[in-house]
Amino acid sequence: MSFPWAEQYNPKSPFMRWVDDRLPLPRLVFNAVGAGYPVPRNLNHFWNFGVLAGVALTIQIITGIILAMHYAANGAIAFDSVEHIMRNVNQGWLLRYAHANGASFFFIVTYIHIFRGLYYGSYKAPREMVWLLGLVIFLLMMATAFMGYVLPWGQMSYWGAQVITGLFAAIPLVGEPIQTWLLGGYVPDNAALNRFFSLHYLLPFVIAGVIILHIWALHIPGSGNPTGVDVKSPQDTVPFHPYYTAKDGFGLGLFLIAFAIVLFFLPNALGHADNYIPANPLSTPAHIVPEWYFWPFYAILRAFTVDFILPAKLWGVIAMFASIILLFFLPWLDRSPVRSGSYRPKFKMFFWILVADVLVLGYCGGAPAEEPYVMISQIATIYYFAHFLIILPLVSKLERPLPLPNSISESVLHGEKAEAAPIGVDARVAPAE
Amino acid sequence: MATVEHPDDTVGGSPEGVRRRDFINIAAVSFAGVGAVAVVYPLVNQMNPSADVLALAQTELDISAIEPGQAIKTSWRKQPVFVRNLTPQEIAAANAVPAADLRDPQTLAERTKEGKQNWLVTMGVCTHLGCVPLGAAEGENRGEYGGYFCPCHGSHYDTAARIRKGPAPTNLVVPEYEFASDTVIRIG
Repeated sequence: MSFPWAEQYNPKSPFMRWVDDRLPLPRLVFNAVGAGYPVPRNLNHFWNFGVLAGVALTIQIITGIILAMHYAANGAIAFDSVEHIMRNVNQGWLLRYAHANGASFFFIVTYIHIFRGLYYGSYKAPREMVWLLGLVIFLLMMATAFMGYVLPWGQMSYWGAQVITGLFAAIPLVGEPIQTWLLGGYVPDNAALNRFFSLHYLLPFVIAGVIILHIWALHIPGSGNPTGVDVKSPQDTVPFHPYYTAKDGFGLGLFLIAFAIVLFFLPNALGHADNYIPANPLSTPAHIVPEWYFWPFYAILRAFTVDFILPAKLWGVIAMFASIILLFFLPWLDRSPVRSGSYRPKFKMFFWILVADVLVLGYCGGAPAEEPYVMISQIATIYYFAHFLIILPLVSKLERPLPLPNSISESVLHGEKAEAAPIGVDARVAPAE
Repeated sequence: MATVEHPDDTVGGSPEGVRRRDFINIAAVSFAGVGAVAVVYPLVNQMNPSADVLALAQTELDISAIEPGQAIKTSWRKQPVFVRNLTPQEIAAANAVPAADLRDPQTLAERTKEGKQNWLVTMGVCTHLGCVPLGAAEGENRGEYGGYFCPCHGSHYDTAARIRKGPAPTNLVVPEYEFASDTVIRIG
């Protein structure tokens, strides 16, 4: 569904008409990412990042399928098969580095995409389902990235699998059997490696499926925009193609330049050197740290050091999962009718404090588990939960939002209506101040 | 840009009315095409034999222990290779056949190294469907022509390993090889 003024798909050639009568796939594409989808005309570059995340997933699937042609999911040879890819397979070094760094870039653009949504109220009615499906994608991404990181069977792979499955052992009574069941043994070994490989191959396709639902849910109300004001008339929108295909193409170019710089000049900068040591069940690395994109959650996990009714380990696990599950309730925690943070001065201030808080958590998650980092993580964790559970509900009650523009087109034109009006359109049709 | 602007947005008085945008479109699509080719190349090339496979592309073999009338099987690129020390009778038998009468006309001299006509080095891969013919090991059936015999579909090869009877289209392939010394050959 879309706005009544959306362009209609009209196949020109008899062949395309023939196809359209039997399988309207070109029509679907036209209405989804073509001229048939009207988009607010005032989107800024933060609206690029959904497409970039889709491109990043595509890069991961293509490079991943190819790596699976050369990789061997067996504890005895997994590490060597990765080195075989790096040294023997034609351009194997390129494919593996693209896959490893592509994961980081997938998370970078996804985090920007999520914070865009947080700032502009993209989670609010009528787009709650888009937000919820996005969080499902995020959870699937985390599971996929974790399992993929285990596959090279280096030290961080092995101990990462040990630590993360160990989280489940914190569950009272059934914890230990669950960890044993997840690993297919008492420690990570062949059984774990094989199932992680199988699931690491499967889940990206599940992600792709949920992305389709995410876009479907988005297209019911249509895209949001930086003002948060609803689309009211044809003057407020432009067709997705060519306007946003061109703009997204520009953003994609910048993304690929940044990706190429890391890929060719800093291919190991985001990784951990210990993962070039083959897995050794008898020796633990000095600092077990996940990849950077898990650091904030790792900090929350490690912030709990005191047994209080439940053991500290369990509190950490509960808090880490709660920090993500909490986001599912965000549409109902923030009651303000104003979507965009641009018109909510207090909300805007707290939003940036939250960004800083998450960055602090990230820094602590990457640091060793010693003072002062433990204390800083504890404070930052408390603030994280307070932001969503206390600050947001209060701010939405107490804050006086700034006056909203009457319409998207008016917010764009700033009284330059006559200048911006298309030829032949009377400028007087635009609403007065 | 130092081009003359026309009201209809064409450039420099070109008759067909080529607009700047046409040039930009072609340039952008061409540039994207170059990028696409650069991306596709590694994605395709990774399917080719990797360095460790190519490393097996040469093998050295000591042939000093092979007596006349004997043959051995060795492996090159994970494929069987037959090395046979022909007896004078076998050489004579191969040379007695007029090459023009054969399905795949070749003389023994063309299939061996000069001055080493008794050393017949061929792939042990039947040219019909790729089975391994018999005749290299002691006591195996050498077929009606005393060379090699492929039992799967009944191809008979003579003492120069040329196809003489049966479905195979061509003679057993002679691989690239050279004599590193009188008793060592280097295949590949």
